[in-house]
Amino acid sequence: MTDTIANRAAKATPQRVARKIKGLSDRAIAWIFVAPTIFLLLAINIFPLIWTIQLSFTNYRANRLNREPEFIGLRNYERILTDSDIWLNMQATAHFLFWTIALQVLIGFTLAWLINKKFKGNDLWTTIIVLPMMLSPAVVGNFWKFLYQPQIGLFNYIVAFFTGKDPSSFEMLGSVQLAPWSIVIVDTWMWTPFVMLICLAGLRSIPDYIYEAAEVDRASKLRQFFTITIPMVLPFLMLAVLFRGIENFKMFDLVVQLTGGGPGSTTELTSINLKREAFEKWRTGYASAYAIILFVTVFGLASIYVKALNKVKER
Amino acid sequence: MKKMTSAAVGAALMTSVSVPTLAMADDLTLCWAAWDPANALVELSKEFEAQSGHTMNFEFIPWPNFADRMLNELNSGGKLCDLLIGDSQWIGGGAENGHYVKLNDFFDAEGISMDDFAPATVYAYSTWPKGTPNYYALPAMGDANGWFYRADWFADADIQAAYKEATGEDLREPQSQREMLQIAQFFQGREIDGKTVYGASIFTERGSEGITMGVTSALYPWGFKYENTPGSYDMEGAVNSAEAVEALEFYKEFYETATPPGYTNSYMGESLDAFKSGQVAMAMNWFAFFPGLYADPDTGGDKIDFFVNPPQNQAGSTLGGQGISVVAYSDKQDAALEYIKWFANPEVQAKWWELGGYSAHNAVLNDPGFKDSAPFAGDFLEAMNDVQDFWQEPTYAELLLAMQKRIHDYVVADQGTAQEALDKLIEDWTEVFEDEGKL
Repeated sequence: MTDTIANRAAKATPQRVARKIKGLSDRAIAWIFVAPTIFLLLAINIFPLIWTIQLSFTNYRANRLNREPEFIGLRNYERILTDSDIWLNMQATAHFLFWTIALQVLIGFTLAWLINKKFKGNDLWTTIIVLPMMLSPAVVGNFWKFLYQPQIGLFNYIVAFFTGKDPSSFEMLGSVQLAPWSIVIVDTWMWTPFVMLICLAGLRSIPDYIYEAAEVDRASKLRQFFTITIPMVLPFLMLAVLFRGIENFKMFDLVVQLTGGGPGSTTELTSINLKREAFEKWRTGYASAYAIILFVTVFGLASIYVKALNKVKER
Repeated sequence: MKKMTSAAVGAALMTSVSVPTLAMADDLTLCWAAWDPANALVELSKEFEAQSGHTMNFEFIPWPNFADRMLNELNSGGKLCDLLIGDSQWIGGGAENGHYVKLNDFFDAEGISMDDFAPATVYAYSTWPKGTPNYYALPAMGDANGWFYRADWFADADIQAAYKEATGEDLREPQSQREMLQIAQFFQGREIDGKTVYGASIFTERGSEGITMGVTSALYPWGFKYENTPGSYDMEGAVNSAEAVEALEFYKEFYETATPPGYTNSYMGESLDAFKSGQVAMAMNWFAFFPGLYADPDTGGDKIDFFVNPPQNQAGSTLGGQGISVVAYSDKQDAALEYIKWFANPEVQAKWWELGGYSAHNAVLNDPGFKDSAPFAGDFLEAMNDVQDFWQEPTYAELLLAMQKRIHDYVVADQGTAQEALDKLIEDWTEVFEDEGKL
């Protein structure tokens, strides 16, 4: 008697169609619904992936359409894996990944913990803190480029104020030692609010009664923090690390705006190098092999990480 | 009745004149880099629009993205550009990949002779394979890397006396690369009008072509060669010769001791900014910018003067400039060729120079009044006599990016030695030519 959505849909189905569907099994109907999505997935994700794998075994160049590509076996893979410059790019990427994630988790969690305390202006501070992640990476890159300018940059003047150094005596973007840190600082400034929001969601999901029970058991604040807060926020933190890790592994725009990969190749992350190989040098086959290696690396690491995340959730 | 007939005849005549023009009128798009000469070309092209009835549209891309954007356009067979003023190094790829229309038959039919243009520009901007009479572009914009300096500072008696005291020499336009470095080092960190100034702004940009264009301005005067024998791709001993190593070490010393702090990624824009803001005594840049610099109300006029890239072991300047080509994927090739025919006209070329473009036409360059027509005109002529260009191979982008990396790693990031940088460069280039089947 109740007019459910299913009943209404059944009534609205024309008789001819209804008769045809009647003859179909549940599995067949399910396939009909899922088929468009599967088709799109195959067309947009799987086919290009297979095509890329195929290209990675050739010397194909997308700018030399009048030249027949040759099958060269594993030569592209061998070249990439034995190229010391590419390993330097990998190192630069690893440095960037490790420090951005470490700093963002540390600062993001601290901010979330502070914001979670009820105080006047709480909402205003939350809004102010999340502003950087709302900006475009290109804008942030240009903005920080000026801040880092040794002669007029505010950043250098602030450092000079605290250290007594001459502001123009150090170059954040031009020094081999400082440039890798300069990109870490900017990414941390921009994306810490994202980690903070995830942590804040985690902190607010902890029911008050758990803390009340701990209070009754006369657990200290420190003990409550390590035995309640941290374990219950950990899955959220791990999720934030996963998101930031994947994002920063393919970091491109911000670093290109800031350093262009320089000085020298100090901040040339793998994604910047890959773009140069694929769309500036037009070594399409080589770049495909490079992309496959990166894909396998990210996919492998992400799979291991997701398993660990599930284990933490199960606890 | 007679009146009516006259009116009818008049109308018929009007129709016969105007209708074919309208029917044949095309919307042409010319693609080039976004810089001062491009504005001059817009002004110049109004005359073509009036004469031909075609409408000219322009697609100007900022220099740092110009190569990326345009080469993507060509590689994808795009129809955005009917005419392209492409960089000189693109000519090999443009010809071999079928992006540019070969112009020989058109030149023959229209009586356009390449002998009417400066030989260096025809060689660099129009021919592929190099030096053969196979033309894919008309020389459009002659250019080379030159220098400009604060003439008012150089003329200041106190500064001159200080320079004499410091070096024992007179302060003058540098006559050699070493003298230029000495002058730049003299100005580095000096107080002038209560402000700290620096020696010179040079090219150090990493992403596109900047540092290569800058360092070759030192390499060529030292006698750098790409190959021992032209066309042999035999680079060992040429690219990494003792002279090349010395020139590279010189450029690094220049960067470290005579440039403003923070100029680790500077190219045309940064060089102009450094000079116009009164930060540097000298700066390198393309001649194309010189008319604008001379007209600048703050640092132009009497305050500026120009000089050709100084020699060291020999004279040598880095070639800039471009030829104009018809894009093979254009549906309006006839109208585009019409534009080239019009542009090759000596009168149009004279006006082109007048408006701020650098004509490569002999009628303009050999005019007795040319040298005195602008303060930099004589230097331009001198520079064009000794220009050298980068590889113009179809794989020029790979060759260029390899050099960008090796030179930036050594000069700016201070990694390794000059010898190692050039040895690695030969390895990179050898790999590219091997892949191409040329080695």
